[in-house]
Amino acid sequence: MAAPELIVPDLEINRRLTVLPMQEYYASGHRTCQGCESALVMRYMAKVAGPRTLVTGTTGCMYVANTSYNSTPWVLPWAHTQLGSAGSSAIGTAAALKVLMRKGKIADERINVIAFCSDGGGGDMGLATLSAAMQDTRYNLLILLYDNESYANTDIQASGMTPWGAVTAFTPSGKVRRITHHRWKKNVPALLMAGHPTGRYFANTSSGFGMDLMEKVRTALDVGGPTFVQTHDPCPKGWDYDPRMSHELAVMAVECGITVLWDCLEGELRYQGLTKQQVEGKVRRRPVADYLRRQGRFDHFADEDLDFFQSRIDEMWEDWILPGVLRIKQTPLGRLPTSSAHPQASAHGPEAAAARGHRD
Amino acid sequence: MTTAKETAPGTGAVVHGQEEIITGCDAVAQALRLLDVDVLAGYPIRPYDSVMSAVSKMIANGQMDAEFIVAESEHSQFEIGKHASLVGARAFIGSSGVGWLYGMEALVVTASLRLPVIALVGNRALDDPGAFGVEHNDALMVRDTGWLLYWVESAQEALDTTLLAYRVAEDKRVMLPCALSMDGAFLTHSQHIVRVPDPEPVSRFVPPYDLGDRQFHPDNPISVAPQFNEDWVMEARRQSDAAMRRARGVIKEATADFHRVFGRGPEDPFVDSYRMEDAEYALIGMGTVGMVGKLAVDRLRAHGKKVGFLRVKWFRPFPRPELRSLLRNLKGVGVVDRDYSFGSNSDAGVLYTEVAAALYPEPQRPVLVPFIAGLGGREVSAENMQEIVEITEQVTARGEQDTTCQWIGVRGPEADPRHAAGPSPEPAEGVAR
Repeated sequence: MAAPELIVPDLEINRRLTVLPMQEYYASGHRTCQGCESALVMRYMAKVAGPRTLVTGTTGCMYVANTSYNSTPWVLPWAHTQLGSAGSSAIGTAAALKVLMRKGKIADERINVIAFCSDGGGGDMGLATLSAAMQDTRYNLLILLYDNESYANTDIQASGMTPWGAVTAFTPSGKVRRITHHRWKKNVPALLMAGHPTGRYFANTSSGFGMDLMEKVRTALDVGGPTFVQTHDPCPKGWDYDPRMSHELAVMAVECGITVLWDCLEGELRYQGLTKQQVEGKVRRRPVADYLRRQGRFDHFADEDLDFFQSRIDEMWEDWILPGVLRIKQTPLGRLPTSSAHPQASAHGPEAAAARGHRD
Repeated sequence: MTTAKETAPGTGAVVHGQEEIITGCDAVAQALRLLDVDVLAGYPIRPYDSVMSAVSKMIANGQMDAEFIVAESEHSQFEIGKHASLVGARAFIGSSGVGWLYGMEALVVTASLRLPVIALVGNRALDDPGAFGVEHNDALMVRDTGWLLYWVESAQEALDTTLLAYRVAEDKRVMLPCALSMDGAFLTHSQHIVRVPDPEPVSRFVPPYDLGDRQFHPDNPISVAPQFNEDWVMEARRQSDAAMRRARGVIKEATADFHRVFGRGPEDPFVDSYRMEDAEYALIGMGTVGMVGKLAVDRLRAHGKKVGFLRVKWFRPFPRPELRSLLRNLKGVGVVDRDYSFGSNSDAGVLYTEVAAALYPEPQRPVLVPFIAGLGGREVSAENMQEIVEITEQVTARGEQDTTCQWIGVRGPEADPRHAAGPSPEPAEGVAR
């Protein structure tokens, strides 16, 4: 095994990325769908991680569509791990590197360990392993959750991170029941951040904001310890829209306040980009209908469904102490001043929805 | 505790080491220390977990250098072991009963990825209803997946076989994981006098773990386990099959080498034969029933009965040639299963089914009688074993193959053979009585 020439600029001092390497470590060879944003996320991730990186990935689109035998897109070493095993694969890999370096069985150097998972693999089945990984401060590891909001490589089935009301193979819209997906999307980065004070870095980002995404991946790798980054990735097959619209939809989700660009480094919460301007009241959120109406999975939505969706999004911006991140409205210390920002006076408050007797 | 230095018979080699009174789990832990295992992942379930307690104590006391990870489930535990092994670390896992089954998916991929992880299974009954005691069904669940399987009888054998397991599993011709089975409570937690060798001969016997060009490292940018589909999966299965078949020879070679290095160990790597020289009848079993089986044989031999005991040690690869040559000239053989396979051939246990299949090609076969005993940790006594020999003799005397499975030591109405053989009190509709 000859060590390849180190061709990436030293990124450790370059957390606010101003120079990007030309090299790609996720290249051609995959057979993902046209307009697949998750493949783009893999490319961003590999690019800023650089060649001294080990990647494991769970079963899902980024396994089945990504890595056919004799046709891998991975320039980096990559290994499959089982659907619910992102956290455990990262721990096993990082622990082995640590002990082999300590015993002098391999050269002592900084090697990034990244385990990626999907919304199904990470948010549903493997959530306990993500939790375990965020606890183990002995190891440097990054879990990247690419969230395309369904089990998209199987047949588009609802996951715990599929938006409320969306049509999937398991949650169709029928003549008697218009809405059959009753669960509101779970917020995995916030849930991990809130419950794991030992995790050093948590971030939520979007495939539509490449620089933000790459900076967050790089920050996670630089700070070391257990870290977590989630990306919101539009999926033409699962969401039912023209593949040309992938990037626009990713951006629009942020414009509507559905996707929130935030990170938390060593306990300090920060908002980025468009989200930051929304929090500061400089930019108004777009109505969620603009985003929902462009996707076939929400075609069956009646006006009251749109109103309900809007009311939930409004609530997380107007009533939560940490807008868009944690559902805390009130504390024993009273409301905190950060909740004063009301970027948009909404006619679709949660109380209004309740008054209409909304039923899902 | 005594320090022993003696000459290994026939070799002139001086074997260092010391004798200790330790449990089966502690014996495995000592082997793991001697093997300089790199990564261990534990998750609590009785009774295997004592090995992890022992190892974590040794790490805390500086007697062993390894990463010990307390996983949040067996599935994670086994995945951690698998991925550590892929990076080039010598890895150890273990479980019992339903815990072993909780991580089943991870166990299967460890074998199909050909990673030589070693596991201790402290055999335990499967739920429900709950029981801590021994049954062999837990470890047997992986019998078709490419795991090497071994059942030990004593703490000394547990230590020695742990060394042997790493040697065989990490051999380039094999590269398969190995599960060492140990009867829960009867062996995991009972103390024996165990000779613990020095590290030096152990490192001579088990060379460093080397994954070669499969090692997961930035200098070796490989893609591990891409999607094969119908294009190549059959070829991958065939490679695992070839590795398992090669394991037979590697086990023989390693066992002979164990003799050379440590000056002790069995002659036959696969089957522990007890007083079989002129035997007309034999019992077959796995694990600690060997102890009472041998005791029963001694008693029956005192009454002039020509009976012996065979303990199957390696279950995968199955000792087909050894059992054929040992059994073909006998009159009658009783197979004692500490497991079950409901609805299987003869409604018997797994071991019976395997032994029967192994004997099928033989032109001359003994009468083979299936028994199930000691489920859920119920004690199997020497009297039980004598009873099994008597039933085997009676069935043999009738001169025909009667494959009705006999349950030994069952109480209540279930003890009545007609309970299983008779008609159901509520026959399914349309079934003639």
